[in-house]
Amino acid sequence: MKLIFERTSAGRHLNLLPECDVPEFALASEMKRQTKPFLPELSEVDVDRHYTQLAKQTHGVNDGFYPLGSCTMKYNPRINEEMAALPGFTGIHPLQDDEEVQGCLEVIDRLEKALCEITAMDHVTFQPAAGAHGEFTGLQLIRAYHLHHGDTKRTKIIVPDSAHGTNPASAVMVGFDVVNIPSDDKGCVDLDALKNAVGEDTAGLMLTNPNTVGLFDPNIAEITKIVHDAGGLCYYDGANLNAVMGIVRPGDMGFDCVHMNLHKTFSTPHGGGGPGAGPVGCKAFLADYLPGKLTIHEDGFKLVTPKQTIGQVRTFYGNFLVVVRALCYVLSLGKEGIPEAAKGAVLNANYMMHQLAHDYDMAYTGPCMHEFVMTLDKLHKETGISALDVAKRLLDFGIHPPTMYFPLIVHEALMVEPTETESIETLDEAVEIFKQILKEAKENPDMLHGAPHNTPIGRPDEVKAARTPILRFER
Amino acid sequence: MSGYIPNTQEDIKRMLDTMGISSVDELFVDVPESLRMGELNLESGKSELEVRTIIEELALKNKQYRTVFRGAGSYDHYIPSIVKTITTKEEFVTAYTPYQAEISQGVLQSIFEYQTMICELTGMDVSNASVYDGAVAAAEAVMMTQERKRTRVVVTDTVDPQVLTVVKTYCDGRSIPVCVVKSSNGRTDIEAIKEALGTDSACLLFQQPNYYGIIEDGEALVSLAHETGAKAIMSVNPISMGLLKTPGECGADIAVGEGQPLGMPMAFGGPYLGFMASTKKMMRKLPGRIVGQTEDAKGNRAFVLTLQAREQHIRREKASSNVCSNEALCAMTAAVFMASVGPEGLASMAKSCFNKAHYAMSKLAEIPGVSLVYNEEFFHEFLMTCPVDPACINKALAENGILGGLPVDGKILWCVTEKQSKAQIDKMVSIVQEVCCK
Repeated sequence: MKLIFERTSAGRHLNLLPECDVPEFALASEMKRQTKPFLPELSEVDVDRHYTQLAKQTHGVNDGFYPLGSCTMKYNPRINEEMAALPGFTGIHPLQDDEEVQGCLEVIDRLEKALCEITAMDHVTFQPAAGAHGEFTGLQLIRAYHLHHGDTKRTKIIVPDSAHGTNPASAVMVGFDVVNIPSDDKGCVDLDALKNAVGEDTAGLMLTNPNTVGLFDPNIAEITKIVHDAGGLCYYDGANLNAVMGIVRPGDMGFDCVHMNLHKTFSTPHGGGGPGAGPVGCKAFLADYLPGKLTIHEDGFKLVTPKQTIGQVRTFYGNFLVVVRALCYVLSLGKEGIPEAAKGAVLNANYMMHQLAHDYDMAYTGPCMHEFVMTLDKLHKETGISALDVAKRLLDFGIHPPTMYFPLIVHEALMVEPTETESIETLDEAVEIFKQILKEAKENPDMLHGAPHNTPIGRPDEVKAARTPILRFER
Repeated sequence: MSGYIPNTQEDIKRMLDTMGISSVDELFVDVPESLRMGELNLESGKSELEVRTIIEELALKNKQYRTVFRGAGSYDHYIPSIVKTITTKEEFVTAYTPYQAEISQGVLQSIFEYQTMICELTGMDVSNASVYDGAVAAAEAVMMTQERKRTRVVVTDTVDPQVLTVVKTYCDGRSIPVCVVKSSNGRTDIEAIKEALGTDSACLLFQQPNYYGIIEDGEALVSLAHETGAKAIMSVNPISMGLLKTPGECGADIAVGEGQPLGMPMAFGGPYLGFMASTKKMMRKLPGRIVGQTEDAKGNRAFVLTLQAREQHIRREKASSNVCSNEALCAMTAAVFMASVGPEGLASMAKSCFNKAHYAMSKLAEIPGVSLVYNEEFFHEFLMTCPVDPACINKALAENGILGGLPVDGKILWCVTEKQSKAQIDKMVSIVQEVCCK
């Protein structure tokens, strides 16, 4: 379809603003822009139809099943969107006096309290705008803590080889060296490897639990103890919190700080790649290092700067409208609904895993938590059909494929996370489609290599895109 | 069943029977009993109506102003109706990062178009798909300029203080030295910058217009940086790009900025948009997602996430940044905004901001004791003295539904945009006059 720049027609415009009603003031010409930007010139209907066409070429949660592992693509409740659009929130300047923004501060305070309860932490900052941003923030807290205690030798962060790529990347951004440790044959932390890795140079450990292969590490209390005994701190990557919220808490597992992905666990929409929110919770002993301002309640809500703050990781108070949505969600679910959501997510994943286990190889035996990982290694060797081929064929059936080739420790991996907001019928249909694709793999592999067949475009040439980058439209 | 779970008790029983287990709890066998929690100390789940009532009441506890003369990092511009309707389309709202290009051409093309518009806006060669906000964009830009023997960051103190703090926080971790250079008369001190830059400097970061609204000499500052071999990073207000010399025209290596003025509400500080664009030479150092054009097997034009060898999911600890989720929907908002206003609309919007700010300043300056603190050319923000406590002025304005400028050390930082009419400006000025002359 046409690019918006290919629809442009000189002189077209929308009637948005009145004529300027004050006298003209002159600006020195050397300060002025010399060339006009090439922006589209369109009428309102042109703009509207362009984006309506783009919307038709976009698959969201509302378009169908979206079992993208590690991303928790649950349904995004409508009420949350409506509440986040209230003018009483959208029209508030972030530098208004505290007494004029009591509603905003109460939103933050209420969600902070709820998230503390869910994670067994004492304080939460909402400044981080995404999960990786939360990791960066949490690791800064760990760094500040050690430095404040004169412990300058703690320069290493331990990360399992199954971790999200953001974990090691975040550690480096905070100036740490990364120590990768292998997982055991069950996909969990290898305790001996961990014991060997910790020492006087250990700043901390980053861990996802349930981990990225969808298993809850039963040794979690021992793992966090090993790190603590060595003088390190434990960081909880909350990407998979949906499996255990209301059942077991990171703080009780021994973690000192956590990030949560509001755009995963707390149902806020992902917007095609953000805005999300990655609030960071911590135990009281780290609270003085938190970035930005915290909300306290005395004579109304007030914003205060923590005493030993690491500074700021973003302007103002983070992605506030995402916080509003997450509060709506927590209020809707309440104390019963939160564990029910976790149980529903775990049930759906196990049911789907069970129904597929006769036909597909599972990387690890169950029960799993909220997601499971299949390995198509054998299929690939036997038929030449890869995880990518299966994923692309799923597109023809209107299913968003699972996460592919992650975690890195599983060959030909497909990571499936159905979430609790899918019905048994949706899961059954998906299982049938997976089975049919397996049949096709054996009977008509060429058709699968060429998949997808029913999408707006076929498989794009990614090598060409990277080799000769075209990153903008040129006239 | 609460929690938007469609499965009924009967469905659940059917699923459990199929699996040959008797309860969901059996699936949590790996979670040690000793670690499990009791009931959450939260209220019970509420109906949609109850939630609506609670949240609407919270929104009503905020004071929302009809007229806003405050900026300092968050700006009250007109948001065209079409921007809101397009960016609330459910396909765009509920999609994840476009990993599967075949069913994500809409999002991918919108980002490609956004990248093009950001390049046009800033006069740069390449843009990424966005980062969290303008301050993080500045910090990430600083990281792009790091070389083994060139690490020191030179920043002028006329940069927004929050941006400066974020840059420092990002630099802290990697022990990158940050040298903050004092300004003179509200403007970056060219001589002091010359002094501060050296063979160990990675970059010079400055803001256009600066925190006080003053227009910096972009070309001179960029040249100074380049003379010592440092990179020049310009943080710009996107609306001002309809009027002011662009980073590209000034010769900057990286342009960044806060994209909020391009169609995003003030929203108590977020979600906002960090835009980043650079020269072709620095392309592979850009952090985060980038969309590129390619084709499918049939030769159809197609868009994909590209240059991923820079990114965390491939490079892990060697990645150029940890960015994963960015602000895609905000980038789309900015793109729809720019497509709606067009080149002429952007230019007249910028000029309108400029004219109205100058008109307001000239009227305020007629009040005894109120004068421009720095007599320098400015865009749409300006710092003025205040003969009384700024809080008194803002209180009087608030009573009339007007949010006054930001108090800064007993002075007031005013901001005027295209949204305020002459009548509203006149009203504001008359209230200020009344308070000052009491």
